[in-house]
Amino acid sequence: MSAVHATRPGKRTKDTEAPDPQAELAHKCLYYMTLMREVEDRIERKLYRQGKIVGGVYVGRGQEAIPVGTALLAGPDDVLFPCHRDMAVFFIRGVPLGRIFAQYMGRVDGLTRGREGNMHMGDLKLNLVSIVSALAATVPVAAGAAMALRYQGKDGVAFSYFGDGSTSRGDWHEGVNLATVQKAPVIFICNNNQYAYSTPLNLQMACANVADRGPAYNMPAEIVDGNDVFAVYEATKRALDHARSGKGPYLLECKTFRMTGHSAHDAAHYVPAGMFDEWGKLDPIVRLQARMLENGWATQEELDAVRARIRQEIDEAVAWAEKSPYPDPSTLLEDVYESQ
Amino acid sequence: MSTTYLEAIREGLWEEMERDPNVFLLGEDIGVYGGAFKVTAGFIEHFGEKRVVDTPISEAAIVGAAIGAGFMGLRPVAEMQFADFISCGFDQIVNFAAKCRYRWNAPVPIVVRAPSGGGIHGGPYHSQNPEMWFVKTPGLKVVAPSTAYDAKGLIKSAIRDNDPVIFFEHKGLYRRIKEDLPTGDYTVPIGKAKVVREGTDLSIVTYGAMVWVALEVADKLAEEGASVEVVDLRTLLPLDRETVCESVKKTSKVLMVHEDTRTAGMAGELAISITETVFEYLDGPILRVTAPDTPVPYSPPLEDAFLPNADKVIEKARWLWKY
Repeated sequence: MSAVHATRPGKRTKDTEAPDPQAELAHKCLYYMTLMREVEDRIERKLYRQGKIVGGVYVGRGQEAIPVGTALLAGPDDVLFPCHRDMAVFFIRGVPLGRIFAQYMGRVDGLTRGREGNMHMGDLKLNLVSIVSALAATVPVAAGAAMALRYQGKDGVAFSYFGDGSTSRGDWHEGVNLATVQKAPVIFICNNNQYAYSTPLNLQMACANVADRGPAYNMPAEIVDGNDVFAVYEATKRALDHARSGKGPYLLECKTFRMTGHSAHDAAHYVPAGMFDEWGKLDPIVRLQARMLENGWATQEELDAVRARIRQEIDEAVAWAEKSPYPDPSTLLEDVYESQ
Repeated sequence: MSTTYLEAIREGLWEEMERDPNVFLLGEDIGVYGGAFKVTAGFIEHFGEKRVVDTPISEAAIVGAAIGAGFMGLRPVAEMQFADFISCGFDQIVNFAAKCRYRWNAPVPIVVRAPSGGGIHGGPYHSQNPEMWFVKTPGLKVVAPSTAYDAKGLIKSAIRDNDPVIFFEHKGLYRRIKEDLPTGDYTVPIGKAKVVREGTDLSIVTYGAMVWVALEVADKLAEEGASVEVVDLRTLLPLDRETVCESVKKTSKVLMVHEDTRTAGMAGELAISITETVFEYLDGPILRVTAPDTPVPYSPPLEDAFLPNADKVIEKARWLWKY
């Protein structure tokens, strides 16, 4: 489940030839995107329905290209602020799968020791910062982290993830404004999945694109096909070059669609008929697989093997998580303060 | 040489910045202008604009950025120009900073300075005492010094603390009080109240600017023969209930005074703590003198009527003493 594990040599036409870097990248992306899809399916469609996960469940089905295409470019000094539909960021950063399931199941081996559920998790040792429910709240925090990285003379960039709905919030604007005034090294990564819970874009904002907000902050903004992992990856490179060279923040608007309700209890009846079918044709995993086959980067058998291997990893991780105990109620009062 | 309350805060900030390059300041008008009250005058010239950051008018971004910088190992001190504006950064403080350690073991070593308090004819938006919003939030520490000594010692402790500290500094005390401070480094512990005047007949428990009102009342009642003990809470969260209860055990009578408004104020919280732990020592009702439940009015006669003062406190204190 680590990046090393995921790296597979690309198809070689001759044994002596070096692996095609594009093919190698494709395999890595496919692994993490499929892992995210399968983990979230297991969480939403099995563990949640079995009552093994008692709290809210929010998945990024159909949006996997965005966390994968961005986070694969993150270095150790970069600090990431994944949103609730960016599960793959945790895998790429090296969080063990079992701990993710334990987190969702409220077990002591979850990243928050049972204090929090679902994607509300982080690990400062991995430069991963947890969201709070008011999602745009991490935007000014990312700005401050970026200012600190620059002050410390580090090369790091803050990856600030959020959805279209977050851009309606005051702290989004405050954070972006501070970051741009300070020319802080931040890349703002919007997954525009067109719905904020049940509220469609036209009731969230009067402009056509989130990227339209960029010029107001004198910030370059790019619209990206969020269902094409290569497009996301290439755009992220441009954004990182910009931010790392001291030019300030860069906004990526990754257009996508939320192929699910807001949460596991939301059947999304408000989404007009046909939209799921239309966007289903643009599934980022299916598109990547087609590209890999087309370019001869993989065979169908190899693609099938990826999914089979992942399901086995998930089985093992879930079994591990289920063995993790629930937190002891006697720990309730711990860790409110350092001295407790 | 005597040091004012304001100078004490300035010295504390300055010395911490000299001591630790991770300490930096951010806020509105704190750099070139030196801060609305000139607490940070001269800082940008000495420490440079990387460590004294003039921000947009943007409290949520100021607090949020402080949190983010704290995650990266820095020790930010964020200034709210007036405590009244802290509500604009409220979510960042109560939902982000306060809960990170408990939720995911992430320390938030930030200080939010909040110049608070009335008596300067500032009106509803430059006079408030919003400490109880934060005292209700586990994970925060809330301090409110009354003396120059404590102001300097507590700002240093706040900066060195690995949890988020809201530092209420009373504007009315900035230039009004001064004292000789020790040379060299010292700190005042967070979470410890202080008996600032010993007495046996009655305890007045208070904090911030009202400590000086309580001391004035104690002096006056001494002339009438009463021995009044004054307890300065200094830290409001975590609350030093033990020191308060020890004082009650000694005097058996307690009057609470705060400049904050009445309902759900510190007096109510302490009253229940006292009845829970030292009820049998009480020899009279627990009383309070507070501001009424109104916004802080501007016009002098109205503001004078709003604020607790020695006349209001002495009346209640005398009644309780004689009870």
